Amino acid sequence: MTFAIQFSIDVLSLGGAYALMALGLVIIYGILRLVNFAYGELIMVAGYSMYLTSGSGMPWIAMAVVAVAMAIVFGILTDYVAFRPVRAKSVTAVLITSFAFSNLLQNAALLFISPRPRNVPLPDIFSQTVNVAGVITPVRNLVTIAASVVLLAAVAFLMRKTTLGIAMRAAATNFTMARMLGVPANLIISSAFALSGFLAGVVGILWIGRIGTVVPGIGLEPLLVAFIATVIGGMRSLPGAVVGGFLLAFIDTTLNYTLSQDLLKFRDAFTFGLVILILLWRPEGLIKGPASGQRT
Amino acid sequence: MKHSYLTAIILLGVIVIIGVGSQLLGVRLYDRIATNLMISLVLVIGLQTFMGNSGLLSFAHIGFMGLGAYTSAVLTIPVQMKGMALPDLYAFLKVVEVSPLLSMIAGGIVAAAVAALVAYPLMRLSDAAAVITSFALLVVLYTVMNNWSALTNGPRTLFGLPKTTDLLTAAIVAAFAVVIALLFKESRTGKLLRASREDEVAAAALGANIPHLRWRAFILAACIAGIGGALWGHFITSFAPKAFYLKETFLIITMLVIGGANTVTGAVAGTVLVTIAYEGLRGTESALNATAVGAGQLIGLTEIVLALAMIVVMIVKPGGIFPNREIGHILVRMRSRKET
Repeated sequence: MTFAIQFSIDVLSLGGAYALMALGLVIIYGILRLVNFAYGELIMVAGYSMYLTSGSGMPWIAMAVVAVAMAIVFGILTDYVAFRPVRAKSVTAVLITSFAFSNLLQNAALLFISPRPRNVPLPDIFSQTVNVAGVITPVRNLVTIAASVVLLAAVAFLMRKTTLGIAMRAAATNFTMARMLGVPANLIISSAFALSGFLAGVVGILWIGRIGTVVPGIGLEPLLVAFIATVIGGMRSLPGAVVGGFLLAFIDTTLNYTLSQDLLKFRDAFTFGLVILILLWRPEGLIKGPASGQRT
Repeated sequence: MKHSYLTAIILLGVIVIIGVGSQLLGVRLYDRIATNLMISLVLVIGLQTFMGNSGLLSFAHIGFMGLGAYTSAVLTIPVQMKGMALPDLYAFLKVVEVSPLLSMIAGGIVAAAVAALVAYPLMRLSDAAAVITSFALLVVLYTVMNNWSALTNGPRTLFGLPKTTDLLTAAIVAAFAVVIALLFKESRTGKLLRASREDEVAAAALGANIPHLRWRAFILAACIAGIGGALWGHFITSFAPKAFYLKETFLIITMLVIGGANTVTGAVAGTVLVTIAYEGLRGTESALNATAVGAGQLIGLTEIVLALAMIVVMIVKPGGIFPNREIGHILVRMRSRKET
C-alpha cells in the first residue's frame, strides 16, 4: 500500500510537470504547426532571473513572479525574432531559426553569466518533507501536483470559456478561416507565445526547485520531455499533451523502480525506445487533434 | 545530365584548390583547418543526402558520426594499448587490430546498420514529429555512448587511436562523398524522394513508397556520417562522447542550411564559408581573451555570431545561398541565356 502511494505521488508530480511542459509546446504547435526549439531556454531564463534577483532582498514570491514575467517576455521575443520573419516561408526555416535562437540564448548565458551552475534561491518549503499516509515525501512533489492541477484547470478554462481561448482554438483548427472571421492573427500568435512562456516560467521554477541550481544547458531535458510527450500524445491536441506527459512520467517512474543500477544509466534510451514502439503502433499519437487545416 | 558533370567537376575542383592552396601557403595551422574542413564536408554532405532530398531535418546525424568514430576506435587501437584505453573491453575485441582503412569502412557499415534498424518506424512520420524523433534519437545515441563503458570508456576521453588521417585522405573521402551525393540525387530513389519533398500526396499518388525511400536515404546519410566520424577520430586521436552532441550538431546544420540544404553545391559552399567564419571568430575570441586580462574568459561569442548569421540568412534567403539549382546547372543556364 505504501508503495502504491509512493508510486502514485511520484508519477503525479513528475507527470504534472511533464504535462505543463508539453502543453506549453503544443499551444504553439497547434496554431502555427511549428516547433519551438527555444522552448527549453524559457525555463533557463526563468532560472537565471531567479539567480539574478536573489541578491535584491525581495521576498521569494516576488522573485518567482519576476522570473515568470521574464519567461513570458522571452516567449514573446521568440515570436518576434525567430518566428514572425520566417513564418510564412518554410517549416524547415522556422525549425532552424528557433534552434539558432535557442543556441543564441544559451551562449549568451555562457558569455554573460557563467558556464558553472548558479544557485537559485528557494523557500524552505522546497526542502522539507512530509508524511502522507505513512510515506515520507518531499513537499515540493505535493506543490508540483497542486500547481499542475490548478494550472491545467486554468488553461482548460481559458481555452473553453474565454474569447481569447476560443480564438486560439479556432486559429488552431483552421487559421485562414479564423482570420477571415476577424481573429487578429498576430495578436493570437503572440498571446500563444505569452501563454507558452507563462507555463515554461512556472514549470521552470518547479523544475529548478528539484535541482536547486541553474546552468546554461538546463532547458534541454524539459525540452526533450515536452517533445516526446507531445509526440506520444498527438502533436496537435491539448488533452493529448497532458496524457502524453503523464504517460511519459509513468514510463520513467516505472523504469526507475524496476531497472537495476547498471541499466538505469540507460533509462533515457529505454524510454525513447518505448516511444518509438508507440509510434510504430500509432504514428499520429494517442489522441488525434482537430481535423487538419493548412499550415499558414 | 551534362550540368551534373559540370557540377561534379567544379565541386571537386574546389576541394583540390583548398587542398593544394593550404599546402602551398605552408602554414601548419592552415593544414589543420583544411583537414577539418574536409571532414566537415563529409559530414555536411552526408546530411545533405538525407535532408536535401527528403526535406526532413535530421538531428541524429552527429550521433551516427559518433558510432563511426567509436567503431573505428575499438577496431584500431593497438592491442598493447587496449588494456589502458579500454580496460573493460570484451575479450574477443581485445585481440582485434585492423587497418584504419578497413575500420573506416566498418564504421560506416555499423552506423548504417544501426540506422537501418532504428529508423524504419521513424520514417513514417512527417513534418515536426519526424524532426522531434530524430532529436530524441540523437539523445539516445549520446546516452548509449556516454554509458556503455566497455566499448566507449564512458564519459571519459578515449585515447590511443592511430593518427592516420591527413589532408590527402580527408580530401579523397570528401571527393567521394561529393560524387556519391550527386549520383544519389540523380538516381531513381533520389528523384522520387525529391518529388515527395515537393508534394507528399502527389508523390504517393504516383506510387512512391515514401517511408521506404526516406529509409534508404537515411541509411546512406548514416553511412557517410559513420565514415566521416572514423575519419575525424583518426585525425583528432582522442575524444569523449560529448564531442558528438548538440554543439557539433548545431555547427553541421548551420553549414548545410546557410549553403542551401537542397543542393550539394550548397553543402560545399556552406561548409567552406562557415569554416572560414568559425576559424576567424575563434581566432578573434582567443585574441580577445589574451588581451583582456582579468576581464574573464569570453566563451560562446563564436556561437552567438553564428546563430545570428543563421537567423539572418533564414530571413533573407530561406533556402540558403544555393536554394535549388546546382552550380553546373546555373552556369549552363547562364550560357544558354546569353546565346539566345
